[in-house]
Amino acid sequence: MINWANFISQVFNGLALGALLALISSGLTIIYGTLGVLNLAHGAMFMLGGYAGFVAYQATGSYIVAVAAGALSLLVLGIVMERVIIRHFYGRPHEDQLLVTFGLSICFVELVRFFFGSESRNVPPPGPLSGVVSLGFAIYPTYRVALMGIVAVALVVLFLVLYRTRLGMIVRAGIEDAVMVDSLGIDVYRVFMVVFGIGAMAAGFAGIVNAPVVSLTPEVGEAILVQTFVVVVIGGVGSFPGAVLGGLIAGEIISITSMINPGYAYVMLFAAMTLVLMLRPHGLLGTPGRE
Amino acid sequence: MSNSKHSPTRRDFMRLGLGAAGGLAASGGFIPRVFAADQPPIGTFPAGVSGSSVFIGIAVPRTGTYAVQGEDELKGWQLAVEHLNSGHPLMKQISPKTKKGVLGKEVKYGVADSAAKPNDAVQAEQRFITENKAVLMTGSTSSAVAVALNKLAQREKVLYVTGISGSNDTTGKDCVRYGFRQNFYGQTAAAAIGPVIVKAYGKNKKVAYLTPDYTYGHTVTKSCQDYLATAGWTTVTNQVAPLGAPDYSSYLLNVANSGADVLINVNWGHDAVLSTQQAQRFGILDKMKLVIPYQIPFLAPEVGNNLTAGVYAATDFWWTLEDKFPLAKMFVDEFRKKFGYNPEWGANNAYMSFAMWADAVENAGTFYPPDVIKSFEAGRKLQSTVGEVYIRKEDHQCVRPVIIVQGKKQAEMKNKEDFWNVLEIVPGEGLMQKPDAFGCKLGDYT
Repeated sequence: MINWANFISQVFNGLALGALLALISSGLTIIYGTLGVLNLAHGAMFMLGGYAGFVAYQATGSYIVAVAAGALSLLVLGIVMERVIIRHFYGRPHEDQLLVTFGLSICFVELVRFFFGSESRNVPPPGPLSGVVSLGFAIYPTYRVALMGIVAVALVVLFLVLYRTRLGMIVRAGIEDAVMVDSLGIDVYRVFMVVFGIGAMAAGFAGIVNAPVVSLTPEVGEAILVQTFVVVVIGGVGSFPGAVLGGLIAGEIISITSMINPGYAYVMLFAAMTLVLMLRPHGLLGTPGRE
Repeated sequence: MSNSKHSPTRRDFMRLGLGAAGGLAASGGFIPRVFAADQPPIGTFPAGVSGSSVFIGIAVPRTGTYAVQGEDELKGWQLAVEHLNSGHPLMKQISPKTKKGVLGKEVKYGVADSAAKPNDAVQAEQRFITENKAVLMTGSTSSAVAVALNKLAQREKVLYVTGISGSNDTTGKDCVRYGFRQNFYGQTAAAAIGPVIVKAYGKNKKVAYLTPDYTYGHTVTKSCQDYLATAGWTTVTNQVAPLGAPDYSSYLLNVANSGADVLINVNWGHDAVLSTQQAQRFGILDKMKLVIPYQIPFLAPEVGNNLTAGVYAATDFWWTLEDKFPLAKMFVDEFRKKFGYNPEWGANNAYMSFAMWADAVENAGTFYPPDVIKSFEAGRKLQSTVGEVYIRKEDHQCVRPVIIVQGKKQAEMKNKEDFWNVLEIVPGEGLMQKPDAFGCKLGDYT
């Protein structure tokens, strides 16, 4: 279905999809880049943020409260996870980190299934943002348009934290050389805890703001996790701007390919990742030498 | 702290992450429960019937896109086993020779989570065959699983009755001598619902399809296209999406820009829930009529009856058939008593498939698989929850009615589960293709 109206619609939709992927991926890349921990529970944390928000929405009927609950509960969970479990794995092989986060992810998913079942749960968009809006070239759900703004604000806040604060400076220094940061007398463990919490909060926030777009199920984080890995690889491991760029590229690939042949939308995403790895192994905005 | 852990490399990320992320979906439970004649040994016979019990292996999705429907199916099988072992009057109505158990042997079963993945299902069933000497396999809710288990059944010479499977291929080009299907499928769904929607919406309409990218989706969409072409309906777009797609926006934009009059959503399970909800949010359902050719259990409560009100759907069973068929009433009552809700069609299909197997074994007088198959193929008419049915010997497809329903508005619902109004009960005979039309070659008995 190739025509200009559809093309512009799909480009716009790609931006919307990409923005969300960028937000989720930024949490993943910050954690991996700083702590060196490959967090396979990131998708489950995205799901938990959605369910935490759902519970809050059921109790209060307020979208704002739901978003706050989704983000803050994951911030707390992230800090607890780091303190109780993750920190014991900093000195362990990557495989151990991978197994423990994978195990946590299974526990989170099955706990949610135990309490909520497999049926989908809905968090409706707030009243003023429900319905559709005419963009001239397409009719588009109002909430999805608003979501682009919400995600953009969240990404700007993350950017400011990472690039305009002392904490951010330490985090970025830690990504480059954690041993040096450690030897400068900075309590890196404390920073790590905060970083893990922020990464978890980004996932939780994405989970709840995305809840009115998709219906929640215990597996909602599974498919998105694979995509976020692709985004991080395309953008560059440990690179926050890379996660944003990678997310937008991934969103556009899925959207535009589906216009030409929907059956290849996700195949093309992996083809693009392969291409990036061949031509620029450290990712588009990653640091050379990290391959 | 080693330097390496703080200077993660892209290679580490790729090695650890992508490989493991791919394996994320591979989790699954495995909960075997138990264990189990003068013909030559074949398959698990006679080892599987040498004791006082026989074993059935059930591989059903309890996680993933089809988890909700899988749980309902499982309850149907559980009720059937209970009724077989107790010689319940409902079971005796369907399988008149049943006393207690099957040929006097207690029926036991094991359950594994297939997650609707063929590999998981085959591994689970292979284990049930090897460790438990299963005399019968069941499972699916995905035709990809049904086709894979068909092939396993034929190779291992162990009988298989499908769970939910809507692909024409299951009893078409991928049919096997050892496999049997009770429920309706693409061809019969299209032939039953086609005249209803043509009558409702007129001729020469433009149609957009949402199709899941595997055998079920392809064949159901094809059957709908073939039938509707006879009324001048044309396909303006067919959006093929992978099973478990996390978002349908890009597909729905194509649909929105297609100029279609009717949206036929072939997606199933959670995919159907998500795509239908998102279609509404894109304003598509205000412009196009929604049709569901292969009804999805629990769709209406999950998306809300405001989206299903007025929607036409084809299905295998709906609980209000209890007003028309005595056995349906017995089944619904028993199911509701045990599980606290009205059964969906997956549960009914599960119950019926075990009852039909029991009838075949009782009439064969043996568990010897070739004799049980011949008993199935005898064309005996059975009383069922939707009237008289039988297995067609040429392709092992049950000849049974297809139920056409239409979604009720909130004001029309008599209780919170009263989502669909039964419009028609279309007899099966006239809906089915010729036995060889889809390339069925059943294979050998031994």
